[in-house]
Amino acid sequence: MSTEQILSSDGIPLEISLKKAERRNKIKAILLVAPLFLFLLITYVFPIGDMLFRSVDDRMITKMLPNTFTAIDKWDGKDLPEEPVYAALYKDLSYLKKNKTYGKIIARLNYEKGGFSSLIKKTVRKINKFEEGNYKEQFIEVHKRWGQIEYMGALKNASPNWSYAKYLKGVDLKFDQERNIIQQPEDRRIHKILWLRTLKVAFWVTIFCFILAYPISYLLATLPMKYSNLLMICVLLPFWTSLLVRTSSWMVLLQQQGPINDLIVMLGLAANDARPELMYNVIGTFVAMTQILLPFMVLPLYSVMKTISPSLMRAGKSLGGTPFVAFRKIYFPLTVPGIGAGSLLVFILAIGYYITPALVGGASGSLISNTIAYHMKSSLDWSFAAALGTMLLVGVLTIFWIYNKLVGVDNIKLG
Amino acid sequence: MSLPNYTSWNYRIWHYTYLTICGLVFFFLIAPLFIILPLSFNAEQYIHFSAKMLALDPEGFSLRWYEDMIYGTKNPWGLAAKNSIIIAFFATIGSTILGTVAALGLSSRHMPYKAAFMALLISPMIVPLIISGTAIFFFMAKVGLAATHTGIVLAHIILGTPFVVITVTATLTGFDHSVTRAAASLGSNPVNTFMKITLPLILPGVISGALFAFVTSFDEVVVVLFLAGLETTTIPIQMWVGLREQLSPTIMAVATCLIIMSTLILVSAELLRRRSERLRGINR
Repeated sequence: MSTEQILSSDGIPLEISLKKAERRNKIKAILLVAPLFLFLLITYVFPIGDMLFRSVDDRMITKMLPNTFTAIDKWDGKDLPEEPVYAALYKDLSYLKKNKTYGKIIARLNYEKGGFSSLIKKTVRKINKFEEGNYKEQFIEVHKRWGQIEYMGALKNASPNWSYAKYLKGVDLKFDQERNIIQQPEDRRIHKILWLRTLKVAFWVTIFCFILAYPISYLLATLPMKYSNLLMICVLLPFWTSLLVRTSSWMVLLQQQGPINDLIVMLGLAANDARPELMYNVIGTFVAMTQILLPFMVLPLYSVMKTISPSLMRAGKSLGGTPFVAFRKIYFPLTVPGIGAGSLLVFILAIGYYITPALVGGASGSLISNTIAYHMKSSLDWSFAAALGTMLLVGVLTIFWIYNKLVGVDNIKLG
Repeated sequence: MSLPNYTSWNYRIWHYTYLTICGLVFFFLIAPLFIILPLSFNAEQYIHFSAKMLALDPEGFSLRWYEDMIYGTKNPWGLAAKNSIIIAFFATIGSTILGTVAALGLSSRHMPYKAAFMALLISPMIVPLIISGTAIFFFMAKVGLAATHTGIVLAHIILGTPFVVITVTATLTGFDHSVTRAAASLGSNPVNTFMKITLPLILPGVISGALFAFVTSFDEVVVVLFLAGLETTTIPIQMWVGLREQLSPTIMAVATCLIIMSTLILVSAELLRRRSERLRGINR
């Protein structure tokens, strides 16, 4: 073989010229993806990162009470802190009073421990009358809570710049005044229940969607085209209809004077004056979510079943299997990829559902998303909302990662 | 669905039970939508089938709630509809352009880290809306776009592009790249090739992606709840507000209009899908 290189028409070795062309194509492909990628990076990925950051960021109060926190750092949390801590507190609070910016720390400290609101307000009102020296006594004189170790401990707990306290709160834990992690008081343990309820509802919705979707997907996949196209509309029409429309139709159906209750009364299952509550509880959430998410189970199942040749079942039967055995040993295993895809999709959607539980769920049927919305819009504890959101996001992304491993994102089909 | 003569009784019974079960599931899927239609023509103020309606007495029916929806003095539906249409229009254009261009790049066999990019680009579809809403709200508030049309349009572009990316990449999987090479060898520049050869071939996928993006924007309520102000209210927001207060027949009228709209969109999406399969030579 000659060592001479093959040259292209312009005298450049073919290999180099090919590599150049390949590189140009690669750059072209990247440039095509770049606009959307950059757009999402700026408007979506960074904001989600920012949300993560917000859930652990606790610098605002550190900036407002700098002297206090430096002084309280040396305190061991066992007995009441010494004079320098109170002197520093006096310095910070009177500065805040002068600038009228103490409103923010009231809200922040009240998250740490209830009762700080009146404590700070009363102290700030009287702080101008403080005399120099012996601040500890004067503070306790204004409000006895300054002499209680729980309040001083809570103040110390607020001092680090970064804190994962919101995450602890998300699973019903908290710091005590010595920074040990302990359980919340019994009447405050609401988040574990919520997480469990969210998982439970998502799990059962997925199971029921599967039970309902499997027979009809099989029917759709085996019927002749002209019938199955017509029946497919029954699946696709709800899929394309506004979520609020579908939820409102469930509100009509499930209301106390609604058709389903009418039917129950007519069948004699309940007396007219004792109609069962079907809405504003977990039953409403569950039934409505199952119907709304059913198409997301049917479509992947259908597209998998469509590819299974009917002759396989015939072969199984001709070899002596009963229809049931043929189904269990041949057909069902072949549909497992579709079951996996549909179930993960429904589960992912169900776990973050907000609108339907908010409208038909009431208090006992609300899910974790509703709590996030509550903290965003009503309690305005944004960092806690961000922490709950991050926890939910990590869960969903884990499932998405599994989905990607099992099914592949490029295999998601729509309609 | 007639069975051959030789089938056993057992099998027959099983077969008809199966069909009944399927019928019930289809009923469960579709019936809730149809409960709304008659109620929107109710002459009375309750969301309930009156005796007159059940007797099919014409007096039991009226168009007053549709009148209320359009001409009602205090009704926000006019402004909401205008906002919804404007926002959905611009969001659809934005999503379609960004999504189609990205899909072209993603489908190229020269694209590195394809799976990772794909996962990232469709993540707004997977991440729960409440989280997207929270994150986008913080961002829009920071750049001063909260409660503006621009802010909502940008948010809806984020949520709509995954659908366009998915439908267009799906169309491009059966795409014969030799036609674009043929165009190039005949002296056409890339832009011209795209406009004259590629785009017409992938158009069904692009349009059905655009339909998805439009519906996503038009129905979207979670993110808008965070972003919308008084002047930027949309139809879903107004429905949400109405449903939280009480079920009113006017909402049933609006819902009926939305069902008619989604039926039309469904039909066009189906027609497009079939046309696309025909164009790409896929026979089923």
